[in-house]
Amino acid sequence: MATGITILDPTNESKPATRHTLSRPASIKGLTIGLLDISKPRGNLFLNRIEELLTERGAKVLRFSKPTFTKPAPVDLRQEIATQCNLVIEALAD
Amino acid sequence: MSSVAPVLPDGFVVIVKRECATCQMVEPVLKDIAAHSTPLTVYTQDDPTFPESLSAIHDSDLAVSWHNNIDTVPTLIKVVNGKEVDRTFGWLASDWQRITEIPELGTDLPAMRPGCGSMSVDPDIVDKLRAKFTDSPVIARTVEFSDAEDEFEAMYARGWTDGFPVVPPTRERVLRMLIGTTRHPQDVIAIAPPDLVELTVEKIAINAVMAGCLPEYMPWVIAALEAVCNDQFNMHGVLATTMPVGPVIICNGPGTRAIGMNSGINAFGQGNRANNTIGRAVQLTIRNVGGGRPGEVDRATHGNPGKISFCFAEDEVGSPFTSLATERGIPLGQNAVTVFAGEGPRCVVDQLARTPEELTNSLVACLQTVHHPKLVIGFDAILTISPDHGRVYAEAGWSREKLIAELTERSMTPGADLVRGAREMAEGIPPHLRDATLPKFRPGGILLTYAGGGAGLFSSIVAGWANGAIGSDPVTRVVGS
Repeated sequence: MATGITILDPTNESKPATRHTLSRPASIKGLTIGLLDISKPRGNLFLNRIEELLTERGAKVLRFSKPTFTKPAPVDLRQEIATQCNLVIEALAD
Repeated sequence: MSSVAPVLPDGFVVIVKRECATCQMVEPVLKDIAAHSTPLTVYTQDDPTFPESLSAIHDSDLAVSWHNNIDTVPTLIKVVNGKEVDRTFGWLASDWQRITEIPELGTDLPAMRPGCGSMSVDPDIVDKLRAKFTDSPVIARTVEFSDAEDEFEAMYARGWTDGFPVVPPTRERVLRMLIGTTRHPQDVIAIAPPDLVELTVEKIAINAVMAGCLPEYMPWVIAALEAVCNDQFNMHGVLATTMPVGPVIICNGPGTRAIGMNSGINAFGQGNRANNTIGRAVQLTIRNVGGGRPGEVDRATHGNPGKISFCFAEDEVGSPFTSLATERGIPLGQNAVTVFAGEGPRCVVDQLARTPEELTNSLVACLQTVHHPKLVIGFDAILTISPDHGRVYAEAGWSREKLIAELTERSMTPGADLVRGAREMAEGIPPHLRDATLPKFRPGGILLTYAGGGAGLFSSIVAGWANGAIGSDPVTRVVGS
């Protein structure tokens, strides 16, 4: 819920004011899916199982991990994921 | 957001606040008026229990005060058939006696005592009241940030800044900015490139807030945007070119001094709010409304830091020359902006010339290097003479026209030295001009201005982009209200 500051749009308003999520792909077959381990304990167990399931369904899986769960992913890592993957799943686990 | 103005009751209306000593002083007077036959209505701004001896209506949201333009308390208003017919403010015994027709009113008080500021004009809250009560035709869509978002970071993330933080354009701030112009918020000033969208006063005001402008800068920002958004200046081309140019804004007229522009020490540099935010507002408007962003339509190879803001005033008072605006047809005393597609300024050092001829030769030698020593006619330039250099011309009695003529004459160069391949440089003018003798600049191609601090035997050159129909011509516009 937006409870922060409200401002007037400085643009020509040709783009939507809010960003929308991408539509779901019809199939994951043949797509490259990144699995991002945020480096919390046992996140790898969860992601290992996800990788099995995705691979069975015809997706190519790439694994990534953040140096630490306490900080945002470094820019380089985000760019690497964005350029190599069609989809990304981020694992939160404890 | 607007509200209907409350109708004042017939009779006498007095607006007071407890914090005001004059309001406290007139309390017995109010009792006296109430004892007469004409009804008295008292509105109190701060404390609903004041005045104790009378019942008062608490103007808690200040709607009554705002809508009735109360600047001072106490204010006495006479209302007949729902219409105000007379008013006085502060305590002036003769006025109160005349309006109430009670001759003995307050005769034990001093004849006069000034009032206090009304809460409805308190600088800390007046913007909120304006936003709440003004039926303003501001129609921009609103963008709400979540409380987890830092609004400054959110505006960066949306691509609305020039790389520096921008002031959040809240409704309150935008309405305050609009006070600076008499233009209607929905007036269309121009068609903004590159997206070719209608540019309204409201959108300019939003971007002027973001740039850090004061309301009194608005007419200058509007005039500068009018000046850049047309085929003559060709803002689209200025954006799209790979050359390092942006709109350089030269301001003329007494208004430059009224809004505190800098034409002296560090005139091109940092530190002056008007200079820096007027130029920035123009560029933010082109970015956000026009859609002109680096890497998209803006294809500059290097760009230049002046593309954030490059705006200065001419020192007309100190200048030995007629002003640039006068030269370009603007009557003396009128405010005007001239826009020029220019790169960053470069310094001309000559600390030894003591005659106008010597100094002019130095200026010409440096002007010849504009973009390339062998390219002529195709580019204009701003030449800004400093006070120390200007004195050499003033003492010799050289006018603007004389200096321009000398600069032109002394820049004449044989075509054989300029053609492609000459002087072992491939760059140059086409070979068919080998036998011509050419000046560096086309007629009108030197925009002579005067500015700078009182010390420094330097002048300054701002080189332009391709001129004429294939590029950009300087444009001058009168600054309106």
